[in-house]
Amino acid sequence: MTAVATRTGDPATCDAPEIRVERGQREVFCGLTGIIWLHRKIQDAFFLVVGSRTCAHLMQSAAGVMIFAEPRFATAIMEERDLAGMADQNEELDRIVERLLERRPDIKLLFLVGSCPSEIIKLDLSRAAERLSTRHLPDVRVLNYSGSGIETTFTQGEDRCLAALVPEMPAARDDVPRLLVAGALADVVEDQLLRTFEALGLGPVDVLPPRRAGALPPVGRNTRVLLAQPFLAETARALERRGARHLPAPFPVGVEGTRGWLEAAAAAFGIAAERVAAVTESGRARAATALAHYRDELAGKRVFFFPDSQLELPLARFLARELGMIPVEVGTPYLHRGHLADELALLPRETVLVEGQDVDRQLERCRAAAPDLVVCGLGLANPLEAEGVTTKWSIELLFTPLQGFEQAGDLAELFARPLRRRARLKV
Amino acid sequence: MQLTVWTYEGPPHVGAMRIATAMTGVHYVLHAPQGDTYADLLFTMIERRDARPPVTYTSFQARDLGTDTADLFKRAAREAFERFRPEAMLVGSSCTAELIQDDPGGLARALDLPVPVVALELPAYQRKENWGAAETLYHLVRACAPAPDAVDKPADGVPRCNLLGATALGFRHRDDVREIERLVKQLGVQVNVIAPLGARPTDLARIPAADFNVVLYPEIAGTTAKWLERAYGQPATTVVPIGVGATEAFVDEVAALAGVDPKAARADGTARLPWYSRSVDSTYLTGKRVFVFGDATHAVAAARVARDEFAFEVVGLGTYAREQAREVRAAAKEMGLEALVTDDYLDVERQIADLQPELVLGTQMERHVAKRLGIPCAVISAPVHVQDFPARYAPQMGFEGANVLFDTWVHPLMMGLEEHLLTMFREDFEFHDDAGASHLAKSRSAGATADAPSAAGEDAVVAVAAAPEGDPLWSDDAEKELKKIPFFVRPKARRNAERYAAERGVATITVETLYDAKAHYGR
Repeated sequence: MTAVATRTGDPATCDAPEIRVERGQREVFCGLTGIIWLHRKIQDAFFLVVGSRTCAHLMQSAAGVMIFAEPRFATAIMEERDLAGMADQNEELDRIVERLLERRPDIKLLFLVGSCPSEIIKLDLSRAAERLSTRHLPDVRVLNYSGSGIETTFTQGEDRCLAALVPEMPAARDDVPRLLVAGALADVVEDQLLRTFEALGLGPVDVLPPRRAGALPPVGRNTRVLLAQPFLAETARALERRGARHLPAPFPVGVEGTRGWLEAAAAAFGIAAERVAAVTESGRARAATALAHYRDELAGKRVFFFPDSQLELPLARFLARELGMIPVEVGTPYLHRGHLADELALLPRETVLVEGQDVDRQLERCRAAAPDLVVCGLGLANPLEAEGVTTKWSIELLFTPLQGFEQAGDLAELFARPLRRRARLKV
Repeated sequence: MQLTVWTYEGPPHVGAMRIATAMTGVHYVLHAPQGDTYADLLFTMIERRDARPPVTYTSFQARDLGTDTADLFKRAAREAFERFRPEAMLVGSSCTAELIQDDPGGLARALDLPVPVVALELPAYQRKENWGAAETLYHLVRACAPAPDAVDKPADGVPRCNLLGATALGFRHRDDVREIERLVKQLGVQVNVIAPLGARPTDLARIPAADFNVVLYPEIAGTTAKWLERAYGQPATTVVPIGVGATEAFVDEVAALAGVDPKAARADGTARLPWYSRSVDSTYLTGKRVFVFGDATHAVAAARVARDEFAFEVVGLGTYAREQAREVRAAAKEMGLEALVTDDYLDVERQIADLQPELVLGTQMERHVAKRLGIPCAVISAPVHVQDFPARYAPQMGFEGANVLFDTWVHPLMMGLEEHLLTMFREDFEFHDDAGASHLAKSRSAGATADAPSAAGEDAVVAVAAAPEGDPLWSDDAEKELKKIPFFVRPKARRNAERYAAERGVATITVETLYDAKAHYGR
């Protein structure tokens, strides 16, 4: 409905592409959706959404397409009597939490997750969490954050969740510099990257979120934060409040991004770039071999991104610089100018960057641009395919291990497969 | 507050979307925050629709609250009208917008659009998806239909009916409509309007011109049909044609309403179920214990078909549709059962685990439960899954629908029987207990480990299956003998032996006890 073009103010990035801001109908998930991967990542945590039937339906619809195992999440559905004041909502919530903890004695950390309706009626979940924590500690710690669609878009739910963990992190006691890698990564990727840090002689290294709620890493003024995901604005702010320092870096997507990311950490720990080059040589060589398979297939192909996970910029940068693709328009729900400064500098200058969304206008632009490949959400993919447009579901980019050298080829495959499929099909 | 892991129905505005998406020329402007657009994927992914649902979401954010959310709605409605040029518009709120009380109806009226605008009041904290669909269809038909004295009824003497209730995202609605249309045409009855699936607002305006209405899904078309009966004197069918018997009764009912001879359609000749059920290889189906759960229409129909047309024994019947609980209770009572009326899938799981049926006829939710319990299952009702939109023609209604039921319900059992024969040769290197049943893919070894990390549902099952204290012990020999019993009856044999032993104060279950119990409980 409104579109404002802005140029990033920082003179250092004046070669970076222009960013348009758009407002209108959005076609993205809300922050609750982050629970779908977070509940698998922190294995003794449970996520209780305090919301409506819509929230529950969203969770199962989004999860139903993606996972088949039993969830460690649930929804406390507010009903008429809760809203009409016939039932005390705090008592109701306490009752539900009791029942839940009785059934799941394995839970060590319970998140009360705020939703659109709970935010609108100003249900104070932080007080509820405090009250419930007092009652259930030391067995269960209760925290809260908001994943509501009026405040968070998709991956911002993870940001809020991690930010809620930060005040619980123990204070780092000594003066040893520590590296903290923030952002949920697939376990396999996390292990690979940790092995690389070890090979570099860089450490100690902690990760946020940890795999178990009891293993929260320490934080303090000697903590250096390396973001593994581009959507962690609040988390970074919360860590900075605890004295940690953010290390500017590209994101570990593709060879270039992974190398830059490792180098940023290495530099902060006094390790030379040559050392990084030596340690990562075999990984980079393998990635180069893997990517070479795809370059012919993908080079020169035009790609259009609808906003989804905030991973769009690093992905577009990877596709442009390592596979020779041409990003036509790159939409992203929110663009953190600071955290993405390195990415902005690497993107081709003519790339159109759009922050926010007005889906109908964007569809018009997409049709006019006639790209070879469109990266979009599940609501748009089949309708676009039916129009003859080749698409890649963006959600898969969040559920596939794609960071690091070893995954660069897999990542390229995700973009190549839809194109190859369309070329093969004779129906 | 209600603790929910999975829900059987979405919120009522999703019901409204099912009506809007089923139709052409209707656009729904929904006052809702950004996340609510997830509902689009129900249609584009689960149903594989090739177009976006005709819905505009206002996508209001926290910063809009208290300032201009009403304005945002008006702007979205006006732009949606200009962009999509619908013939009729629906406006309403999702659960969040209901709380900010912007009155989309009033705001839309103020826009003075040149098409009918239907304001939907769908209380999200009281009602659910099917109710929302029923309300939306009713209000839309009311808004489009002419005054009773302005109805233009053709005077050609040809009986006409409307087929009401098929929606987008409906369980086999796409194929049911085709099958029933074929059936009524055989009777010489003309189909006047099919709605909402495939209809335009102008078609809704022609509904009163028919002689009577065929109510395919009472959950969705019931309200509308009752109103049409009151307003235009159009009678409606009461029989839902699922199964051979019900299809014949339906044919008779339609013939009576139309004043024609039912013979043409009754002797249709496409029903294979009766012969397939009588043929000797179906003997093994006799008395199979089935548990039935679904929406009211499909659950009641499936229970009746299971008993009368498959000679199964219905051991449990239930529904998640509280609005239609009375029908289900009555049907259950007739079968000597007490209906399970709940929308908590853990209750359903508990009852299935207790009853240990040999077949579950349920929804996608029960399919998951049955998979965990290692019980064969066929899906008979919404909520739907991408599998419920098969590429082939697969109605549930009419004679062809009955054929489909035969195949879908017998298939999992037949596979079970084959596995049983195979497990007679127990030492075969390919067919051993840990290999699991091929038709219950991964349900045993792989599935068990995948689901293992103390899942909610698992816990409930374990709690049920765990022997209470003081229960008899199993001797090694008896345990070994038990393993020779086919896996799908093994839990029942174990349960029976334990109950038999407990009732008789037998401390240790031996091979003897096992066979004593078998003789005692055997039918």
